[in-house]
Amino acid sequence: MTLLDFLDMDGYYLYVWLSFGLAIVVMLALVNGPMKRKKQLLKQLGRKKRRGQRT
Amino acid sequence: MLQTITKLASLRNFYFFCGKLLPWFAWPTLILMLVGLYWGLVEAPADYQQKDSYRIIFVHVPAAWMSLFVYMVMAVSAAASLIWKTKASEVVANSCAPIGAAFTFLALATGSLWGKPMWGTWWEWDARLTSELVLLFLYLGYMALQSAFEDKRTAARATAILAIVGVVNIPIIHYSVEWWFTLHQGPTVQVMQDKQAMDKSMLIPLMIMATAFKFYFATVLLMRSRNEILERESHTKWVQEERERL
Amino acid sequence: MTPTRKRRLMMVALIVLGVGAAAALALTAFNKNLMFFFSPSQVAAGEAPLNRSFRVGGMVKDNSVNRDGLTVRFVVHDNAKEVTIAYTGILPDLFREGQGIVAQGKLAADGVFIADEVLAKHDENYMPPEVAAAMKPKGVDKTEKAKY
Repeated sequence: MTLLDFLDMDGYYLYVWLSFGLAIVVMLALVNGPMKRKKQLLKQLGRKKRRGQRT
Repeated sequence: MLQTITKLASLRNFYFFCGKLLPWFAWPTLILMLVGLYWGLVEAPADYQQKDSYRIIFVHVPAAWMSLFVYMVMAVSAAASLIWKTKASEVVANSCAPIGAAFTFLALATGSLWGKPMWGTWWEWDARLTSELVLLFLYLGYMALQSAFEDKRTAARATAILAIVGVVNIPIIHYSVEWWFTLHQGPTVQVMQDKQAMDKSMLIPLMIMATAFKFYFATVLLMRSRNEILERESHTKWVQEERERL
Repeated sequence: MTPTRKRRLMMVALIVLGVGAAAALALTAFNKNLMFFFSPSQVAAGEAPLNRSFRVGGMVKDNSVNRDGLTVRFVVHDNAKEVTIAYTGILPDLFREGQGIVAQGKLAADGVFIADEVLAKHDENYMPPEVAAAMKPKGVDKTEKAKY
């Protein structure tokens, strides 16, 4: 089996690769979301802390 | 037993418990995904009728299974928060909704991409497809309802009722292919059966992918839950200590 | 009413409306599918409507597919009666003799079903071609599809 055969997926390349591509994009986004959110939350907490010290 | 449960119900303990579990799910997810993808896309043979197009099954079926599984986790957690008013279960239920919605969307989208070449249509209003679409609306409804209330406790009660009522849809989805005439095929993988309708060379990678999806769900669930706890408890001392530690 | 209250009420109303609409949609959609679905036996018995579109489902009879340019004629059966179907267009990739299909269209005066859509249904079996070839003599395919 050559690489081209593999990529061609018996002519169904569009459907197969779109399916897998979509799954990967959605699932990576679902991991990335909480990671970003955590950073954002920690930043917010830091700001709160500093404000707390000033007053 | 009861003691450990009440202990875990405190958000602080639940936060650290989730943190401890996280690596035990995150790393296996990565490994299982890579093995499953390679096995499903490269090693598994083509199907005698559908040729290589059937490989969509390796994302479609795990996503569809998870769309039901996540809903059950969400509904059970929601019921627990309704009965015992435990905050940890509220957090879990809330964290489930977007993950479940994503799996449902994936099941519908990959099914559509599979249906076009094989059945001859992107979409068909048959019982399986329609009830799965209703599931997506249930997840989205849960998320919308949750954001409509400012008070977390009121929101938790409202969303819990929606989640519990929506459980009726789960058996409908599962048995739709038997109760009604559907374009969608009947179940390929059945637990209590010696002879499977799928050859082993395809069934093994499918099971690896299904396991990978389960671990993935647990990973994201833990991450989301931890974030929601930090947010809810932002006024407490332990969260400030945790921030300094990180 | 305070703005937040208003917003909340709107949200709840929207959700109730949405879930209700989805359920109604679902029920009518697959009831319709059922109502206008006929087997070749029912069509032969004259149960199918003559002047409106409906669906026929069955298996494509062996050696019955005739291609004439873009138009395909084939026979669909349910192990009892048969219906001849004429269809112009692209057939799904799973369309073949012995396969379960569903056709949407109208019955012409001469008893031929003029389809404007042909969909293929597949069964729950997945196997490599070698395994399928080895199983053929035992007639596994036929018994599985007879369920359809």
